[in-house]
Amino acid sequence: MISFSNVSKRYPGGGQALHGLTLAIQAGELAFVTGHSGAGKSTLLKLIPAIERATSGSVIVAGQNVGALKRAALPFLRRNLGLVFQDQKLLYDRSVYDNVMLPLAISGHAPREAAPRARAALDKVGLLARERANPIQLSGGEQQRLAIARAVVSRPSILIADEPTANLDAESAGLILDIFVSFNQVGVTVLVATHDEALVRRYARRVVRLAAGRLAEDSGAA
Amino acid sequence: MRRWLREHRHALGAALARFAEQRTASLLNALVIGVALALPAGGYALLANLRALTQRFTLEPELTVFMRVEATRADADALGARLRSDARVRSVRFTSREAALKELRETAGLGDVVAALDYNPLPDAFVVRARDPQPAALEALAAELRAVPSVAEVQVDSAWARRLAALLDLGRLAVALLAALLGVALVAVTFNTIRLQILTRRDEIEISKLIGATDAFVRRPFFYLGLLQGAAGGLLAAGILWAALAALNVGVRELAQAYGSDFQLGFLRPAEAAALLAFSAALGWLGAYLSVSKYLREIEPK
Repeated sequence: MISFSNVSKRYPGGGQALHGLTLAIQAGELAFVTGHSGAGKSTLLKLIPAIERATSGSVIVAGQNVGALKRAALPFLRRNLGLVFQDQKLLYDRSVYDNVMLPLAISGHAPREAAPRARAALDKVGLLARERANPIQLSGGEQQRLAIARAVVSRPSILIADEPTANLDAESAGLILDIFVSFNQVGVTVLVATHDEALVRRYARRVVRLAAGRLAEDSGAA
Repeated sequence: MRRWLREHRHALGAALARFAEQRTASLLNALVIGVALALPAGGYALLANLRALTQRFTLEPELTVFMRVEATRADADALGARLRSDARVRSVRFTSREAALKELRETAGLGDVVAALDYNPLPDAFVVRARDPQPAALEALAAELRAVPSVAEVQVDSAWARRLAALLDLGRLAVALLAALLGVALVAVTFNTIRLQILTRRDEIEISKLIGATDAFVRRPFFYLGLLQGAAGGLLAAGILWAALAALNVGVRELAQAYGSDFQLGFLRPAEAAALLAFSAALGWLGAYLSVSKYLREIEPK
């Protein structure tokens, strides 16, 4: 589903974030990417939706060589990915409901068809009762659940989350990871980056540990 | 097709929401555009009114030859025959002194004056149309006719009307130049408004691109916003022009009545008003297009 072949990434004027990384995530798999700050977790995840491009090597997502995609093709790649960020990237000038409706409007769904899907996504993360609220009125954990609802409303086959539990208490963090697990159970490929190794060890799932841009451990490697 | 329409409806809705969100700023921008457009639109309307007024007068190369009052009908017939045989003359129309007096009698407000006369002071006259419209040729013909003993005066009728027409053409050029200059100003106003909109919506653009928005999806609401702002400016320009003409007409009507005329300044015709709206909307769109082309590509997800 997702494969990195000998991928390196050097930022212009910066350091080397990844060194010849090779890694494959199978369809329907849930993998945690762990490592200390600066290990290369975020860079690895940003290569999948082509927010960043690899300096060398190839990144293949659902059969597409992401590095070779032209700028105009990127929106269509991203519509098939659910992205969740540490800072949520929500729109605070519109309601919870409107935030979840945005991906559906972008992909051209009719409001009649989109509305029940948006409500179903909010229901799945336990926020249906707050649909009229502004995201600013939500707690940190609720905002992260809203970001997940927005990521899954388009029913992507791949869900990517970068530090979704950072700044959350243990209970909220556990709830967020449970939601990812539940999506994985219905066949969604899930890749979650987190520095909280203790939290992920509670789930018997594949753990990929990065250190200084290199693969240090892969519990699911063949 | 339905999807395309849906996307445009979504973009128009977003643009209207942004317009309403910053109501005061949007209306002030529209007012700036309206005032800027009202100037050339007003100039155009005034010129159109003047042109309509001058169209009552002929611009053909004409001479009017007035005979002496004491000249006989035989003198007139002789001159008529000479004129009709002249190769430089295209047509000749004779107006007898009796016909001229009758026409004067029927002119509004002059009936009583004519009735008070105990003799006909008007001469026989010829209206001569020349083949060559050049002023030199007309003047040469006029000079020859002035030398005829039975001729009292020769008037080159079209000269003043031609000068006025030339002045109107010059005025039209000035209005076109003014419209072009203010059009550039309008594009600059919209460019800057949309630039500010893009900057204040940077997060929204970045997030939208992150979740799969195409450039077209992101651009469309800004195009509609420019279009709306331009159209609102055009509407205000039409309103300002209508009000200004209504105010001017109070004085114009009084002046015209003093000359026995019902002339008043007319507003733009419906097609011209529609063209003003379309022009201002198109300029708004152009400003938005230039702004979006310059700034939107710089915003990419990080």
